[in-house]
Amino acid sequence: MTFRGEARLWIAQRASAALLAVCVAVHLVTIIYAVRSGLSAAEILERTRGSPGWFAFYSVFVLAVTVHAPIGLRSVLSEWAGWRGRSRDLALLFFAAFLAWIGMRAVLAVFA
Amino acid sequence: MRQHPSYWAFVVHRVSGVALAVFLPFHFWALGNALQLDSFLAWTQQPLVKFGEWLIVVALAAHLGGGLRVLALEFLPWRNWQKSLAAAAAAFAVAVGLAFALAL
Repeated sequence: MTFRGEARLWIAQRASAALLAVCVAVHLVTIIYAVRSGLSAAEILERTRGSPGWFAFYSVFVLAVTVHAPIGLRSVLSEWAGWRGRSRDLALLFFAAFLAWIGMRAVLAVFA
Repeated sequence: MRQHPSYWAFVVHRVSGVALAVFLPFHFWALGNALQLDSFLAWTQQPLVKFGEWLIVVALAAHLGGGLRVLALEFLPWRNWQKSLAAAAAAFAVAVGLAFALAL
């Protein structure tokens, strides 16, 4: 990958990190609040179903993760597994697409 | 190098990140089957699964704390407090872990 491409990935990783910092903080508070009285499908769906706010929040969360996780794995794969080059980047692109698909499927399932 | 807190902050950040990347597809898959969620939630009542949940919540908190540390190191001007940042990230992960364990 070109230097410019690497620089773009670096920026994308920091920008998605900043977004995720907010999302994860909200998520951790929600988790601890939600498990206090035990989790149930009804309770989760009552919070999320038909709620545009939670839909927007989780959509942003999933899409930020879709950017962040593959770029993070990219460094791990090259430094710890010695996997570099196009094959690695192509595999990570598939992973990103898979995360986006399965993530948005989850968001839609708890919203609709 | 391995004696330095920054090295351990790096290892924890990386290992927690990989754990989260592996966990996420399963998390999304379970939520995607929202209609069968209660049978899935019943499965998660097992002690070993609960312990796994606790580990992944701590990993999420540790990755957030470690990520804020990285952003602070890269974007803020002074760097005399590297060790303090690593300690703050660790303290945050422990605090979230305790809060989650108490709420479980």
